[in-house]
Amino acid sequence: MHVAVVVFPGTNCEHDVDHALSLLGAEPELVWHRDVDLSGATGVVLPGGFAHGDYLRTGAIARFSPIMKEVERLAAEGAPVLGICNGFQMLCEAGLLPGATVANRDLSFICRHVDLEVTSTKSILTANATIGDILHIPLNSYEGNFVAPESEVAILESEGRVILRYHGENPNGSTNSIAGITNRGGNVAGLMPHPERASEDVLGSIDGRVLLESFVGSLEPVPA
Amino acid sequence: MRYVVSITRKAGLADPEGTTTAAALTNLGYREVRDVHFGRTIHIEVTDGTSTERIDEMCRILLANPVIEDYIVEEV
Repeated sequence: MHVAVVVFPGTNCEHDVDHALSLLGAEPELVWHRDVDLSGATGVVLPGGFAHGDYLRTGAIARFSPIMKEVERLAAEGAPVLGICNGFQMLCEAGLLPGATVANRDLSFICRHVDLEVTSTKSILTANATIGDILHIPLNSYEGNFVAPESEVAILESEGRVILRYHGENPNGSTNSIAGITNRGGNVAGLMPHPERASEDVLGSIDGRVLLESFVGSLEPVPA
Repeated sequence: MRYVVSITRKAGLADPEGTTTAAALTNLGYREVRDVHFGRTIHIEVTDGTSTERIDEMCRILLANPVIEDYIVEEV
């Protein structure tokens, strides 16, 4: 099993993701955004951070990094592609997921645990979870407020592609309290909160594990 | 030659900075203020003869996100 964890200039969660995936039995490998070959990878994670300083818009410059062609190829082939926080924003900018994120409703950086409700299990991120599960996971973002045209939101809702929703208070003003979505194939998923930061007891919550376990479970084994 | 691209948030999307600033202007007595929108401007130096369409293409591909932003292109 081999997961590419992509590092852009300004990415800062790659080691957390690498560590958490290793704990769950995956074989992650950090790859640089200028790499152009992911032929050995059966899945990809775009981790959080501030790629390219979040200049212009979050994810806007990263979306054109050389590696993104490979990420797009893997996504088209049905391989699991997961974007966490800044990685989610890249997937939106790249058009692999619909919508965009804008500044939080209260214009403040949010850095705390939030409760998420699992609202669909038809994705590489939620396959092992149960609808209605409440997960306590850190949110760490300024531009985490998910928006999309009304017609696009209606499609996401009707197709059951909203996989995670903020439970209780909506922390950032996100449309319909959306915290995570998936594509039609269920193999590309993005979320604003950080499951890797809730993957061990020492971190105060292990609720992110079920999400990462789903991702790891969806990876094809590497052919010998 | 130089173009200026002005990018603003699409109507209907929250613009808390604009709303707050509009309220501040109104409180100062500028009753004629109906709304304030924040955005950003990008000045682009290009070789002479570069068409507006070319700048428009740059906006669509990279500079603006059509999901959340509108833009106008002006030659200055």
